[in-house]
Amino acid sequence: MDDPYGTLGVARDASQDAIRRAYRKLAKQHHPDLNPGKPEAEARFKKITAANELLSDPVMRGRFDRGEIDAEGHEPPPRPSYRDYAEGDAGARYGGTDDFADMFGSMFDEARRKGGGRRPGRDELFALTVDFLEAVNGATRRLTLPDERTLDVAIPAGTEGGQVLRLRGQGAEGHGGAGRGDALIEVHVTPHPWFVRDGADIRLDLPVTLAEVVLGGPIEVPTPGGPVRMRIPPHSDNGTKLRLRGRGVPAHGGQPAGDLHATLRVQIGGADAALDAFLKDWTPEHAVDPRQAMETTP
Amino acid sequence: MIDIDILVIREPGLLRQDLERWISNEWVRPDRSEGHVVFHDIDVARVRLIRELRDDLAIDEEALPLVLSLLDQIYDLRRHLRMVGGFTGVGA
Repeated sequence: MDDPYGTLGVARDASQDAIRRAYRKLAKQHHPDLNPGKPEAEARFKKITAANELLSDPVMRGRFDRGEIDAEGHEPPPRPSYRDYAEGDAGARYGGTDDFADMFGSMFDEARRKGGGRRPGRDELFALTVDFLEAVNGATRRLTLPDERTLDVAIPAGTEGGQVLRLRGQGAEGHGGAGRGDALIEVHVTPHPWFVRDGADIRLDLPVTLAEVVLGGPIEVPTPGGPVRMRIPPHSDNGTKLRLRGRGVPAHGGQPAGDLHATLRVQIGGADAALDAFLKDWTPEHAVDPRQAMETTP
Repeated sequence: MIDIDILVIREPGLLRQDLERWISNEWVRPDRSEGHVVFHDIDVARVRLIRELRDDLAIDEEALPLVLSLLDQIYDLRRHLRMVGGFTGVGA
């Protein structure tokens, strides 16, 4: 049994006014609706209320003071507090708007987005090695992805090594109905045995015979687009550069086709008795010293 | 469920005009049935709450809507937390 005076923290001879003030002060502290989730506050509030009900009534207070009744005997039967209803389903009656539902909804949306909800798939990076000519002329290559999907990759003409092709919607799967990410294909180009890329142009060391370089004549030149016949001018030399216009990298993406630059490389071939005999008897028409420049500037 | 006459009788000191004002202010929202208001248990408890706030805690009727609104929001939040706790197995 609690002493109601002790509960309210007032002296036995406190005035009714002092009791009311004490009760208000404590009730403000312990009111269950101001202390949700603290059952001890509610219990305390009930005691405070009971003490107040006893002491605020002068008749009851007098009976208590005289020992006719005790505090516990006059504790009112517990009645459910507003809180008991408000926290239950009935509380929705006085629920505000849907603000909270909205707030929770958006919190969960956020969580879903972060934790695997609706979000587009990641971009995935793949490497694809293509031949020189595939990169120059363009090609379609079938790529098998780690997840067993196959992807037909269109390699546009003029693709350069290190270039990244983006295939929209071919990346990782999206979540929650969102679309796939993109597949990023980094293209690696294997070198060609004789073609060398120089921007839109292609360079080529073109082997020719002594007769071809001296006498000139039609020869067949390999180009990325297939062999092309051309004429070597007479009296060309080792290192002479010939240009085949428009036979380099084909036109692509608004860029005009490049050229093929062929550098003649004379190949003498194996031993030839007739050639030996000729050269022994040969007196050059215009004698030249090919190392002259090296002699004058040591 | 009780009507307004019974409620006024059951709650000593409750003035009918106060109660009617609270209803028109929508601080208390009883059901209406054939022109009569019908109080559920939570409405009765809310009437008591308003009286406690006003009479015991000296919150005048100017400030009451604010306090009620804050309390309603807290209970909303707690109900939702409880609901979420039920879903996630975490006590709210």
